[in-house]
Amino acid sequence: MAFELIIFYIFSAILVGSALAVVVVRNPVYAALFLVLAFFTCAGIWLLLEAEFLAITLVLVYVGAVMVLFLFVVMMLDIDLAPLKEGFIKFLPVGIAVGVIILIQMAMILGPENFGLEKFATPEAQGSDYSNTKALGRILYTTYVYPFEIAAVILLVAIIAAIALTLRKRPETKSQNVAEQVKVRRDDRVRLVKMPATKKDEVQS
Amino acid sequence: MIETLQNLLSFLPEVVQSLIIIAVKILAIVLPIMGAVAYLTLAERKVISYIQVRIGPNRVGPRGLLQPIADALKLIMKEVIIPTKANPYLFMIAPVLAFAPAIAAWAVVPFDEGMVLSNIDASLLYILAITSMGVYGVILAGWASNSKYAFLGAMRSAAQIVSYEIAMGFALVTVLMAAGSLNLTEIVNAQQGGVWMWFFIPLWPMFLVYYIAGLAETNRAPFDVAEGESEIVAGFHVEYSGMSFSIFFLAEYANMILIALLTALMFCGGWLSPFQGIPGLEALFSWVPGIIWLLLKTSFFLFLFLWFRATFPRYRYDQIMRLGWKVLIPITILWVLLLGLAIVEGWGPWFG
Repeated sequence: MAFELIIFYIFSAILVGSALAVVVVRNPVYAALFLVLAFFTCAGIWLLLEAEFLAITLVLVYVGAVMVLFLFVVMMLDIDLAPLKEGFIKFLPVGIAVGVIILIQMAMILGPENFGLEKFATPEAQGSDYSNTKALGRILYTTYVYPFEIAAVILLVAIIAAIALTLRKRPETKSQNVAEQVKVRRDDRVRLVKMPATKKDEVQS
Repeated sequence: MIETLQNLLSFLPEVVQSLIIIAVKILAIVLPIMGAVAYLTLAERKVISYIQVRIGPNRVGPRGLLQPIADALKLIMKEVIIPTKANPYLFMIAPVLAFAPAIAAWAVVPFDEGMVLSNIDASLLYILAITSMGVYGVILAGWASNSKYAFLGAMRSAAQIVSYEIAMGFALVTVLMAAGSLNLTEIVNAQQGGVWMWFFIPLWPMFLVYYIAGLAETNRAPFDVAEGESEIVAGFHVEYSGMSFSIFFLAEYANMILIALLTALMFCGGWLSPFQGIPGLEALFSWVPGIIWLLLKTSFFLFLFLWFRATFPRYRYDQIMRLGWKVLIPITILWVLLLGLAIVEGWGPWFG
């Protein structure tokens, strides 16, 4: 247990530190990379909670795909940071006020009086042969099958909408129609002309 | 072997004991991989030479067998140059980020029944997640080098890897549907019973899709636009030299071996003998340990990697994207539906 606790504290320290760095560092590429680090350590903490499916999915989806695209965009854009930092002092009081309100709200809900050990008993540690993935799949496809399907349909609609919004026809581009290229037969492009053979002298005369 | 080690270490506290044993197991996996990577480079040069009617490296050692060692020594001796105005931290951390996932993925790969470092339940997902981390090394190398060529190579590579990961993921979904498990050992055991039970038969298109996506994921020819020499010099690692360059090479070849091994495990019965269920031949070859079969199958798929490189011209970039998004992904989605039907109806000997 003590060993796990040490790992937990190390991971938590890295997580909080990198989350802070995401907000504080000036270089946006560094910020994106710290966010990657935060996701990865968060996955480590979820592994300690025996939620290995969620931990691996977090790495797979957020670290492996979403953040790659994020980094892609951040690197491509030449962000001019000076105008973004204008009026830092002017907005500081408002920012601090909003931050403090959010902090108080979270403390009210997430405090120990709602989530202490006397409210929720410590979850039992499962054996090494326990399959978290199987348990999650079973509950997702039986008890919660309708919410799950609805969520999937909403995501599908969002995908189609995003594509439909950005799709535009540009007639001036010379993009290839692969189906047309494959369909082409030899006769469409090549014409063999039969000509009688002639000698060099005959052509000159 | 593990027991004798345990007896030797019995005077130490339990935590230290298990740590040492795990470290020894890791070494037993990583050192052979490094050796295999070194000799894969030689095999690549030799195979391509013979395909092109040349002899290939034959000066260092008998028949050029010491060539990889000479190459490694040369690369270690060379100076590591950091370009001016490059970002030195990210420049040096990028090869590490390419190399670490390539090695970490081997933690869950089984080499024989029970011969695995960590037999976790979701090993297939773990491999997919960890190998998807490798793209960071490429992107950061391209960006931190402060070079147009490197950046273009990184952009190409990132887009390509993210696109082909989807097709690869769907191909893996069909494997886990057919096997009913995410655990690689159980996936192999689900293919027991002879060659006709191996998943490459009921999942034939997925087998091709997985291998093609694997080629694209490792930036190998004919999908190696990330380092297309003719247009962007050498892509993302153009500014690297010496050891930091060779780390990228190690990562690429370790990934190649991993893809070949996974193809053998998931579609070609892993360590199962190809003569299973054939009277006479099965008894004749029963003395061959399973790991030999696995390594033979892996070598075959590695040979295909080299063969393709010597045979096919490079794809054009838009053709790569078209193949990934418009051909491979629709095939995989169709096959997921078909496979679901096959499993429900219990078709063939596989799902009966």
